[in-house]
Amino acid sequence: MDVRRVLCVALVSMAGLAGCTGTPDAAAPPAPKAAQAAAPGPVLSITDPWVKTIKGGGGMSAAFGTLVNSGDTAVTVLKAATPAAPRVELHETVQEAGKMVMRPKEDGFTIPAKGTLTLEPGGNHIMLMDVKNPVKPGSEVRFTLTLKDGSVMEFTAVGKDFAGANEEYQPGHQ
Amino acid sequence: MRADGLSRRGLLAGGAAALAAYTTEKAVTQPPAATGTSVEPFHGVHQAGVATPPQAHGVFVGLDLRSGTGRDEVARLMRLLTDDARRLTQGKGALADTEPELAALPARLTVTFGFGPGLFEAAKVRHRHPGPLPRFSVDRLEERWSGGDLLLQICGDDPVSVAHALRMTLKDTRSFAKIRWVQRGFRQATQRAGLTQRNLMGQLDGTVNPVPGTPDFERAVWIGQGPLAGGTTLVLRRIRMLMDTWDAADRVAKEFSVGRRLDTGAPLTGKAEHDEPDFEALNGLGFPVIAREAHIRRARVADPGSRMFRRVYNYDEGQADSGLLFAAYQADVERQFTPVQRALAEVDLLNEWITPIGSAVFVIPPGCAEGGWVGETLLG
Repeated sequence: MDVRRVLCVALVSMAGLAGCTGTPDAAAPPAPKAAQAAAPGPVLSITDPWVKTIKGGGGMSAAFGTLVNSGDTAVTVLKAATPAAPRVELHETVQEAGKMVMRPKEDGFTIPAKGTLTLEPGGNHIMLMDVKNPVKPGSEVRFTLTLKDGSVMEFTAVGKDFAGANEEYQPGHQ
Repeated sequence: MRADGLSRRGLLAGGAAALAAYTTEKAVTQPPAATGTSVEPFHGVHQAGVATPPQAHGVFVGLDLRSGTGRDEVARLMRLLTDDARRLTQGKGALADTEPELAALPARLTVTFGFGPGLFEAAKVRHRHPGPLPRFSVDRLEERWSGGDLLLQICGDDPVSVAHALRMTLKDTRSFAKIRWVQRGFRQATQRAGLTQRNLMGQLDGTVNPVPGTPDFERAVWIGQGPLAGGTTLVLRRIRMLMDTWDAADRVAKEFSVGRRLDTGAPLTGKAEHDEPDFEALNGLGFPVIAREAHIRRARVADPGSRMFRRVYNYDEGQADSGLLFAAYQADVERQFTPVQRALAEVDLLNEWITPIGSAVFVIPPGCAEGGWVGETLLG
């Protein structure tokens, strides 16, 4: 039993969304296998989505989770949006002069075919900036990811108190 | 068990030969590695940690809700805590767990949640809460061990996974609640087959207990109807044992006060632990063999389906501060717990050596299905 998926489904159903996964893409290459052709499901999903709580007041937060690509070709996420923040960026974290700093990942997050990409503190993440309203623990925050092919994928992340994920923005990017 | 005990003494005595013997012995008697990976199911009609065979380690935490924490906040908290529990008990790290390795060997970890009277009030739960208990004449209750709005009960056979579960769940409570008390306890990690575990006074503790899986247990423990169907109640009493004076008592007096033998746990009228006591039996002088003031006579409840279910833990804080975390689960506190405690407060020879110093009453909500959360039947 996959409890992570269960949680994701539960949160999404609470938020009234259709599902955890992205919408099927008309431009995607036809699935070669009969089983997949019979049930052309969405290829990108996320497990364990969560967002670091914040009291608001224009501060920064970040969202994490594991992006799962069940398809036969790589998927690239170019953009993320959420009602919780006016500015959202896809970030990577790099080591610079012995310190972890984060910076926008201009070419997006690419999830390999039949692969995963982990968004985690100290690594890749979805950055929320100028967060005006609090993200409360246990609250549900909606996200929309825009993929390179123009399709979108929606999910709901749960607010979680977290002491870490305090890397500073790389100088020059702020 | 005995061989292991002997070799332990050998080890304490020192010497390479003893150490070698110990090692060999361990190779034979050490529990299989699967013990650490043993998992108790989380989802179900009932919360785990009540009918679950008691694990060796237990920690009970009483929390007070912060002001301004109402129904919506409690519901958010319980969703978070339920998610933590369903992952950790299955050997997975909690969401956003920075050290999921510490969860990898759950060793039958269970995480059980309870609601105190204050939570019912704060969340405007319409159901009546059974707590707190009336005051009993023997009580010497201390605030620091009593009350609480929210209970976390974490039990497991490995103290490390218990500690990790405690850390991860407490992190999620911090925005909503403050710790009121933490009570840690332990049971015998091993015991001879068929015998109940011993408390620190040496008595087999929990002999007359409803047996999980029987109709008597169902009736005694689980609430049958309403939003709490499948739930139960917990009375947690911290009972200090006055070991200095217990040390001064002779064995006959100790066994007379309880009505049972210390070694086998048998009633003074029987041979084995689970022999039915004969309360009518008289000795040569015409006095009852099991005294009128003996603990087991005073605590007796004839109907097995009306008994409380005891799942106790010992505590020992050193400096003559030890005793019992008397955890009693029952469908109805007023019907099953209070009358027994009242009878014991009136007369019980054992009162000479025990003093209740803490008391708290919690409603243990029913369990939840996959995708659900504990408390949803009251707060959803």
